[in-house]
Amino acid sequence: MIAYLTKRILMLIPLLFGITLITFAVIHLAPGEPVDMQTAMNPKVSAEARQKMREFYGLDKPLHVQYVTWLGRMARLDFGRSFAPDNRPVTDKIVERIPITLSLNVIALILEFGLAIPIGILAAVRRETLLDKGITVFVFLGFAMPTFWLALLLMYLFGVKLGWLPISGLHSLGSDQLGPIAWFWDLAKHLVLPVGIATFGSLAGLSRYMRSTMLEVIRQDYITTARAKGLSERVVIYKHALRNALLPVITLLGFSLPGLIGGSVIFETIFAIPGMGQLFYQGVMMRDYPLVMGILVIGAFLTLIGNLLADICYSMADPRIRHGRA
Amino acid sequence: MSFRNSYFYSVFWQRFRGNRFAMAGGAIVAGLFILSFLAPYITPYDPATIDAYHVLLPPSAAHWMGTDELGRDVFTRVVYGARISLKVGFVAVGIAVAIGTVVGLVAGYYGRWVDSLLMRFVDIMLCFPTFFLILAVIALLEPSIWYIMLIIGITGWMGVARLVRAEVLSIKERDYITAARSIGASNARIIFRHILPNAAAPVFVAATLGVAGAILTESALSFLGIGVQPPTPSWGNILTSGKDYLEFAWWLSLFPGVAILVTVLAYNLLGEGIRDALDPRLHR
Amino acid sequence: MKRRVTTFLIFTLSLLLLASCDSNGNKEHGTARGADKPAYGDTLVEGTIGEPSNLIPILATDSASFDVAGFIYNGLVKYDKNLNLTGDLAESWDVSADGLSITFHLRRGVKWHDGAEFTSRDVLYTYRVTIDPKTPTAYAESFKQVKKVEAPDAYTFRATYDKPFAPALESWGSAVLPAHLLEGKDITKSPLSRKPVGTGPYRFGQWVAGQKVVLESNHDYFEGRPYIERYVYRIIPDTSTMYMELKSGGLDLMPLTPVQFARQTDSAKFTARFRKYRYPSSTYVYLGYNLRHPLFKDRRVRQALTAAINKEEIIQGVLLGMGQIAHGPYKPGTWAYKPQVKDFAYDPSRARQLLAEAGWKKRNSTGTLVKDGRPFQFTILTNQGNAERLKAAQIIQQRLRDVGIEVKIRVVEWASFLSQFIDTGNFEAVILGWTITPDPDLFDVWHSSKTGPRELNFVGFRNAEVDTLIEQGRTTFDRNRRQQCYYRIQDILAWEQPYTFLYVPDALPVVSARFHGIEPAPAGISYNFIHWYVPKAEQVYKETAKP
Repeated sequence: MIAYLTKRILMLIPLLFGITLITFAVIHLAPGEPVDMQTAMNPKVSAEARQKMREFYGLDKPLHVQYVTWLGRMARLDFGRSFAPDNRPVTDKIVERIPITLSLNVIALILEFGLAIPIGILAAVRRETLLDKGITVFVFLGFAMPTFWLALLLMYLFGVKLGWLPISGLHSLGSDQLGPIAWFWDLAKHLVLPVGIATFGSLAGLSRYMRSTMLEVIRQDYITTARAKGLSERVVIYKHALRNALLPVITLLGFSLPGLIGGSVIFETIFAIPGMGQLFYQGVMMRDYPLVMGILVIGAFLTLIGNLLADICYSMADPRIRHGRA
Repeated sequence: MSFRNSYFYSVFWQRFRGNRFAMAGGAIVAGLFILSFLAPYITPYDPATIDAYHVLLPPSAAHWMGTDELGRDVFTRVVYGARISLKVGFVAVGIAVAIGTVVGLVAGYYGRWVDSLLMRFVDIMLCFPTFFLILAVIALLEPSIWYIMLIIGITGWMGVARLVRAEVLSIKERDYITAARSIGASNARIIFRHILPNAAAPVFVAATLGVAGAILTESALSFLGIGVQPPTPSWGNILTSGKDYLEFAWWLSLFPGVAILVTVLAYNLLGEGIRDALDPRLHR
Repeated sequence: MKRRVTTFLIFTLSLLLLASCDSNGNKEHGTARGADKPAYGDTLVEGTIGEPSNLIPILATDSASFDVAGFIYNGLVKYDKNLNLTGDLAESWDVSADGLSITFHLRRGVKWHDGAEFTSRDVLYTYRVTIDPKTPTAYAESFKQVKKVEAPDAYTFRATYDKPFAPALESWGSAVLPAHLLEGKDITKSPLSRKPVGTGPYRFGQWVAGQKVVLESNHDYFEGRPYIERYVYRIIPDTSTMYMELKSGGLDLMPLTPVQFARQTDSAKFTARFRKYRYPSSTYVYLGYNLRHPLFKDRRVRQALTAAINKEEIIQGVLLGMGQIAHGPYKPGTWAYKPQVKDFAYDPSRARQLLAEAGWKKRNSTGTLVKDGRPFQFTILTNQGNAERLKAAQIIQQRLRDVGIEVKIRVVEWASFLSQFIDTGNFEAVILGWTITPDPDLFDVWHSSKTGPRELNFVGFRNAEVDTLIEQGRTTFDRNRRQQCYYRIQDILAWEQPYTFLYVPDALPVVSARFHGIEPAPAGISYNFIHWYVPKAEQVYKETAKP
């Protein structure tokens, strides 16, 4: 197990290197300069002021020098200072927003797996029934509806018309004066729509995957054998088939994360949630190079960790992996 | 399982026909194609003609889906938007399939270090939240329809590459490939004559689902203001222009929204139907 | 919403609520005057699309930062409700007989929010740090005109100029920074950019990144304690969401779009809860031509373009009538604005005739005018994130097609807009906006010395007479003299048509009806914010125990 882990972690190094290289390449594809945003919106700007800012930000150095400097800094978890006028360290800006995006996505992930797995199993067990068809349409509806549209419609219905749920943000004004239970209730109400919509949108992929794996397992010989032994259908399905069908689903855990994080741009913009997605969008529009690079690297790194965790879970659940391949 | 086998076709068709969802999806997809080709004959209006004095009119006999914020006919724009949205979907997926197939073939066929190198590259690409990459590139370049299609393609090939590679690995060791190699067939010939046709089925399914994904991605980009640029109508940008008037000019968001919904749904059902019909293990 | 009338000329990216209007702006909707006794308390929540970037104003360029900083800081002078300069941190000032030096007599006993006393040292520091080459600020130009500054004592400050400089007084309206917290430190790394300390009516409370900035009223404010206890600046990036927040009661103040103003906010339910205001904003939107480009070198072509564009239609379609036609760079009703400028009215046949005179006579198969084998086509660029300008561009596109000109539209993200197109001169035409500063000086945008790379006369307008008039206008304090100069400039611009001036949009703020004391004036509605109040019975956010 230790050997497997060591190998698995060592494998991360080239991946990390690749991630930084791609990030750096992507950002430097683009024409235009970040200083423009800061200086050009007003007239009282002279050419020398711009040059001054270029030097201040180190943009006048050749690309490879910029890359090496950046890589070196990053090894120390220093992503440089934001090009935005606030000039804050990128690390600070990201760190204050990661917990929000991450916890929202983890909640959505838990809900997604908690709902999609039973739905998928149900669809598989009752395949070709009305229930199966209904589930199919339902999960695909969630996938097919443009999220921002669904979000606005539900916001209008529950927020403006019915007044049941708050429209946007994470807390009501003055929530810091509430008791812990009321505070939590307030937060929960704010999360219903964004988390609910994120979950609804992601059900399709996982539940369909679950359904097809389940169908595959049910057709395997040992299931037929189990049936032949006269075990009840219930035992066959939930004891034998399910355990084997769930195994590959674990690996999906890691891969669900980038999709959810990517989607957070839309959610956070629409629900005014100050997370990493919103920050990234603003950074990109402003050409805040250090910020964009920082978030790309951190986003990819989080996925890497997610995959690592999923792999470890998988290897613990299935000993063949750590002995066979490792 | 090869596309060139007529027996295969008849079995496939028999299975596919039995799946009503898939048939419905297929019919909708076909209908959309016809609609987008016939656009100029279906509507008397031009999608770009502005009428500043008749903005945001509700649906009427003259304007079946009302008019938009510049007095243009929404029905016309939705019909022409089908062209653009489908174009985005197909070109983007075409690019993804092309890259993915080449990478998958090369990795699977040559194996060893080529394989590990390419697959590490796939791993790296899969680590990025795709939408972040798309956003960064489009916003930093320019939101032209070609860039949009290109970048959706470039960030969406990894799944296809893995599929093709897996398929190649499983086919490579089969007898007929070994036989072909032993009679001196070139690598290119083996790949194109024997391996590619066999890997086509799963790729086709992935492509169908990919078109749906690309249409959704375009609409999300439009929401952020960096999708297909007006006055060219895409479903995404019509829907976005309607989002500010959800309540009182509902027609401006409802129709493009439903168009996206139905199309994406149709492609998914179609893709699933094809997959099920192709799956030799699925017997009814 | 701008607290202070801006003295900085800036590109307008979107419709800012910069305020300023004729005195015939809407009266406050009738409310029963008897019941509403001014009372302290309650909170006003304003919605904003963008988050402030830096609360040290000289380091910021975004309107959100200026919105918030406007509550926290004061300048030496400010614009009053009628757009006249009046004392702020300076109680009074004397201008020397030759007009070359201004002596400010500072208010005594003004305290910074941390309790330190405000003195001339702070003004001196603000001046020095602004012109310091190490400070990355965009606002040093006006202060660079100053030859010498002195602070004879703690309550006197004097600035001396080489030659008379009409915008001088206005330039001292920029925020005074606390020297005792900044002197000798690197201002770019100062914590004050996130936790500012000023002298203004509100003190900084809390900044929750990406969510809100909270300000608390300054009970010791030198003009009196503001009634509204707390001000919250809430960040909501999406306009549709913001409007729903307003309707559900989560916001008290936001700008409306023309469509919202005209079509979505007239229900009895809405008008019972909100008051809408409408007055001309201090901005104008224009179609600017690259005068270096061969297409636009010929004045007749530019005149034809203006004659081909129906400005009235744009105001109807884009602003739903809520704006005025612009004929020049000034706001109707201000003293520099010339009422009867001979602009080119919408007249397609005149446009065709002018084009024919300029040699554009033949048409190709698609109906586009051709000269020397080249079709008349060009691209209009506009900045991303401004729905109104994009709509205007599309209407113009259609009208120009009518006279045989093929127009493409390109919406470009702001940074690349400047670096790829404006700065390199690699553009044909643009739709952009300028703020209209209360002082009518036009030097930065229209003087021929400002046509260099990355300067504001980016269209390359050069006119010797205009240059002279601008110089005369800014080097005299005589308003009649200045007015003559600016009147003449407007005539020249209307003849030359370097821009097709399009419109001056109306500002359309909406405020929750529980706020009383709002009195629209030429400066807009926010100039008397400290006198806004909510009667005790109507207060929503009750005062809670505060440390």
